[in-house]
Amino acid sequence: MGKSETTILDTSGVNRALTRISHEILERNRGTQDLVLVGIRSGGDHLADELCRRIAEIEGEAPLVGAVDITLYRDDLGSRGSLPMGKTQIPFDVDDKRIVLVDDVLYTGRTIRAAMDALIDLGRPRSIQLAVLVDRGHRELPIRPDYIGRNVPTSREEEISVVFDDAMLPIEVRLVKAAT
Amino acid sequence: MSFQHKHILGTEQLSREDIELILDTAESFKDINTREIKKVPTLRGKTIINLFFEASTRTRTSFEIAGKRLSADTINISASSSSVVKGETLEDTARNIEAMHPDIIVMRHGASGAPHYLAERIDCSVVNAGDGAHEHPSQALLDLLTIRQHKTTLEGLTVAIVGDITHSRVARSNLYAMRTLGMNVRLVGPGTMVPKGIEKLGCEVYTDLNEALEGVDVVMMLRIQLERQGKTLLPSLREYASLYGLNPSNLKLAKEDAIVMHPGPMNRGVEISSYVADGPQNVILEQVENGVAIRMALLYLVAGGSEGEV
Repeated sequence: MGKSETTILDTSGVNRALTRISHEILERNRGTQDLVLVGIRSGGDHLADELCRRIAEIEGEAPLVGAVDITLYRDDLGSRGSLPMGKTQIPFDVDDKRIVLVDDVLYTGRTIRAAMDALIDLGRPRSIQLAVLVDRGHRELPIRPDYIGRNVPTSREEEISVVFDDAMLPIEVRLVKAAT
Repeated sequence: MSFQHKHILGTEQLSREDIELILDTAESFKDINTREIKKVPTLRGKTIINLFFEASTRTRTSFEIAGKRLSADTINISASSSSVVKGETLEDTARNIEAMHPDIIVMRHGASGAPHYLAERIDCSVVNAGDGAHEHPSQALLDLLTIRQHKTTLEGLTVAIVGDITHSRVARSNLYAMRTLGMNVRLVGPGTMVPKGIEKLGCEVYTDLNEALEGVDVVMMLRIQLERQGKTLLPSLREYASLYGLNPSNLKLAKEDAIVMHPGPMNRGVEISSYVADGPQNVILEQVENGVAIRMALLYLVAGGSEGEV
């Protein structure tokens, strides 16, 4: 029994999605004033860097970028054991910032809940928005993304994998299912 | 890689990977300790009991702060206020505490092996906060974190540990961990204070402080524990201070960028002169700061660790 993989977004598809999201973020926030991109480790942090680069290209001004590690805010410590931790790097004051949380795949929403708690422990942002490359459904919490690269209906048995190249640029999104 | 230990009884049982994971985890926790809101919800709902049969301010406070910053409920029990003074055995005390369902017991005891005895008899995790003259793992780990922050790599460094080696659990825990990481350890002290045959653990033994300090990267001074060994091992404190005390002139024998450590509390003017203790090479307060991060890492890793292994 092997696995079958379908490409959901190829390199140009990923590129178009990221460019569109960059424009949408700028439009919604009317520029980069107080705008902050925070990527969720690991995966979302690389996407946040890439979105920042594109926004800087479009607008001529780069937003601040940070990364958040949610290990300490998980709701499944004990059932999964202690996971190695990445670093939370928010080298700025989050008070009154418009934060766009960035993740690669949105699934149950539990990761986003944890990331929001982590951010709110650092201060009081003016708002938190959510950008994801893929929304695969199956939410377990009332969380809804503001910017979506692609909606992909999935079953729980399937997996979404976001492929990065050596420079950690996203190049492909695949749907992986166990073949019957 | 995940952490496989249910208990932290000593550094002797820790592999290089374990030690590196603990130090890396502690690095991440260091950030939390300098934030405005010094708390994360990770161990919410867990109960940690600090069971201290020996006096301690630094270690107990450090473990208590560590637990609280991870949102665990921490309770301190010290021997003088417990039923130990009424004649209860260690096992009975432990069983009574266990009946209240704590998740982790942090224990300090005057008898070597007491935490091991406890770990075999109760279900929750046990963290050794110092047992007799045996081990003090969290101290050794915070020492290593401090050294790593100054020297970046640990392998190949030479460390002189000076003082009453026989009675020092700090020396023993550091020796085990440093050997595991490929560091060179020199143990220094008067013949009455260095156990015979300890070089079999992979260290060098010196009785001359000046010789031992030659070219070392780290000088770790141990406290002369007046309450532990009485007077029999030492003719006088003044003699000890002149032969084994660290001062600005013998410190010059170490490398120029050598760091000076002390697990505290210091006897100024005995094992360490105030010039050195307050001098530019001392990292003594950094050790204390790192202690909280190391203990957070240990509590976090033990709370999430898998069952069944020691």
